[in-house]
Amino acid sequence: MAESTLPARLPRISPMTFTLLVAAGALLVVSLQQVAPSPAQLAHGGPRMAELVGRMLPPNLEGAFLQRVFWRMIETFQIALVGTVIGVVISLPIAWLSSKAISPAGAFRHVFKMLVSLFRTVPDLVWALIFVASVGLGAVAGTMTIMVDTIGFCGRFFAEAMEDADEKPQEALFAIGASRLSVLCGAVLPDAMPSLINTTLFALEKAVRSSVVLGLVGAGGIGQELKVAFDLFQYKNASTIILVIFIIVLVMEFVTDRLRTRVQ
Amino acid sequence: MSEIICARGVTKKYADGKTVFSGIGLTVSATERVALIGSNGAGKSTLLKCLIGLLPLNGGEVSTLGESIGIRPSSRQLRRLRQRIGVVFQHHGLVSRQSVLTNVVHGKLGLAGAWHAWHQSISRQQWRDDAHEALSQVGLCHKAAARADELSGGQAQRVAIARALVRKPQLLIADEPAASLDPASGRDVMALFSQLSQDSGTTLIYTTHDMDHALEFSDRIIALKSGSVLFDQPTANLTRATLQEAFHG
Repeated sequence: MAESTLPARLPRISPMTFTLLVAAGALLVVSLQQVAPSPAQLAHGGPRMAELVGRMLPPNLEGAFLQRVFWRMIETFQIALVGTVIGVVISLPIAWLSSKAISPAGAFRHVFKMLVSLFRTVPDLVWALIFVASVGLGAVAGTMTIMVDTIGFCGRFFAEAMEDADEKPQEALFAIGASRLSVLCGAVLPDAMPSLINTTLFALEKAVRSSVVLGLVGAGGIGQELKVAFDLFQYKNASTIILVIFIIVLVMEFVTDRLRTRVQ
Repeated sequence: MSEIICARGVTKKYADGKTVFSGIGLTVSATERVALIGSNGAGKSTLLKCLIGLLPLNGGEVSTLGESIGIRPSSRQLRRLRQRIGVVFQHHGLVSRQSVLTNVVHGKLGLAGAWHAWHQSISRQQWRDDAHEALSQVGLCHKAAARADELSGGQAQRVAIARALVRKPQLLIADEPAASLDPASGRDVMALFSQLSQDSGTTLIYTTHDMDHALEFSDRIIALKSGSVLFDQPTANLTRATLQEAFHG
């Protein structure tokens, strides 16, 4: 019969896959019960949220306060910019050393790869706590945090971009006795450049968002101002800061999107 | 005439242990134009790469430009050898996002002060002049500022030749330089290769599938078949029918 040759509507799954699916489902149900907001909590929290929003409005637009927020925002942007630039500069050699195809480090490339993984997997707020404890409160701790976070992010994607670079020019240059460094600078980096610039722009965008919250743990920037506003129940100040952050992040995304389009 | 290449008992095996060729012996004299022919899998590209140390030998010995390449040559030895050769592959291997001039300047990589060859903008004036001269030899001076990915296949291969020539090599190696081109462009590239090597007195060794190219642009033809040398004779003694033996029957 023609029907017997048709494939099954659903693929057959093995008993092991079935067991794993059931276990994952059970874990989700238990987690929902334990950490998801209950209808009662939502009913209770909704009006309180509305009340908080009411206390936030209208935002504080006093000249002196806006000036303070402006300088804090400049500091935030400086943290993001300096941290990203230093991070990108350090990421390039680390990415080269950790990349599979072109690393001159041989088996030691795994050490660099693990270093990048360490930088990437530890959350930025944890790095901020470490640097605040090491170098004290303020923007320097924030800059170091962004730097490490950028190395974790760019180190990985730069390495992937280098590994994806066209191998034929590399082969041609190796054949005439070019060193690994010359092949990197002559063939790999030019080929990977659009990807490297894209990743850098994403890193900068990410750094601006991150540097906003670093102040919550004392690592400088506008986040510090936001924390003070909430701690002192100055909700109108807080709403102004949130609005400024929203605008800055939006502008940043717009600018980096335009730059990315130009690079393509 | 002095010997540029002397190979004795050269053996090469694939990673799975299968022999590509064994016991190959050949000599190439200065200024000779040698065509290596054979069907797919005959091992001509592999032999070419073994002669300049791009692939390690499994047996035998090769002396190229006075550098002795055994089973385990040192990287310094290989570097020294490769500084004196020009290589062109079937695929031009140009850096697509760079200008033609930068790609030709890349031919100086491997020489002392190689970082000057990373990009034409930081290159020594002498190297820029050399690159310009090499481009004029292949008739592409007007494309110096163009990006490599804007070139046609034939133009790209000519730029690859310029890149090989810019270092003024003693030995030019070409692995099927015309294989990816249409017949007319392929013939142009081979004619250019042959002419430039004759003009500069450079030894030329190339692999080809094209019997016409081998007959027209070589002084000597070496045919490989089933892992050994089928014949090694001056081109003048060979006919198309003889060459066909390397590809068929």
